[in-house]
Amino acid sequence: MDIFNKMFGKNNVSSKTVAKERLRLVLVHDRANVSPQLLETLKEELIKVISKYTEIDNSALEVSINNSEHSVVLVANIPIRVRRSMNTVC
Amino acid sequence: MGEVIVVTSGKGGVGKTTTTANLGTALATLGYKVVLVDTDIGLRNLDVVMGLENRIVYDIVDVVEGVCKIKQALIKDKRYGSLYLLPAAQTKDKTAINSEQMKQLCGELKKDFDYVLIDCPAGIEQGFKNAIAGADKAIIVATPEVSSVRDADRIIGLLEAAEMDSPKLVINRLRPDMVKRGDMMDIDDMIEILAIDLLGVVPEDETIVISTNRGEPAVTDKNSKAGEAYRNIARRITGENVPLMNLTIENGFFQKLKKLIGLRDS
Ligand SMILES: Nc1ncnc2c1ncn2[C@@H]1O[C@H](COP(=O)(O)OP(=O)(O)OP(=O)(O)O)[C@@H](O)[C@H]1O
Ligand SMILES: [Mg+2]
Repeated sequence: MDIFNKMFGKNNVSSKTVAKERLRLVLVHDRANVSPQLLETLKEELIKVISKYTEIDNSALEVSINNSEHSVVLVANIPIRVRRSMNTVC
Repeated sequence: MGEVIVVTSGKGGVGKTTTTANLGTALATLGYKVVLVDTDIGLRNLDVVMGLENRIVYDIVDVVEGVCKIKQALIKDKRYGSLYLLPAAQTKDKTAINSEQMKQLCGELKKDFDYVLIDCPAGIEQGFKNAIAGADKAIIVATPEVSSVRDADRIIGLLEAAEMDSPKLVINRLRPDMVKRGDMMDIDDMIEILAIDLLGVVPEDETIVISTNRGEPAVTDKNSKAGEAYRNIARRITGENVPLMNLTIENGFFQKLKKLIGLRDS
């Protein structure tokens, strides 16, 4: 381990790493032409629709845009409230 | 038939005009017939960077409006006989020309020139659309900063939509010292994020400011690092395989100190 790097605060995350992470996120939205506001609206609508059919945990619902190798995917993570009675094996 | 190459970036002030002037001059020194077209109507600058501002009679708007012939508006470079400039108009705005007129103009120019380099204005509006209208290829200039890379990405998307094939990246104003201490994105970071081919890397270099002061592009200065980088890029444009310049620095203060007291990077 380089003593100079230690002395001058290299143990913090470097600013270039921060830049890359921020860029990655902002570009995913730019490329898909989906703003964070739009995602929020989508999330609210999803809650409305899905709630008609099953009970979901609104606060834990997550909608995001992800970049995989060659495609951009819309990911919705929707936790469903499950009652204990339904789970028990008879 | 020559080739029309647009130099673009999205973000302003990242080095489009500097790149156009230097690549054009370097291509001319390699013996090619080159014309530089300034499409930044209302904010023309290529003329001053080339040191030709006192020779302008007609401009690009005069040409498309038929006020003069193309040949009458072309300004011959001071140093290189095969290098010409078609200046932008200064008193009009971007809407003084449309994309169709630009296409026609580029079509005419490439009959007479090996390379037609187009200096694109900042932004993604009419000026950008005009600049890319007649282009066969595109060079994207970006600096290693979040806003510049983001805008470059947007431009790449717009070029794709316009069916322009594979633009090439020029990274400008790279500071090896900052890269070394992790405070600037490096070449690999930029290529990874933008996912396009690299054409070259130009370091941050005060000789750019000095040469711009004099109106003599840095490629004419044998001792300029940025000039050397631009000369390499010009050769790559002509199809030559030129390795990337070594930009790593080994003589910073801490390196010297480390050497002195026997502490070296492993
Ligand atoms: N490699 C470099 N090293 C130092 N200074 C540079 C470098 N490249 C460009 N510059 C400086 O940055 C400034 C902006 O450059 P330039 O005018 O070429 O950018 P531009 O993209 O054409 O700007 P605009 O969008 O306004 O047309 C100029 O003052 C120029 O001298
Ligand atoms: Mg410019």
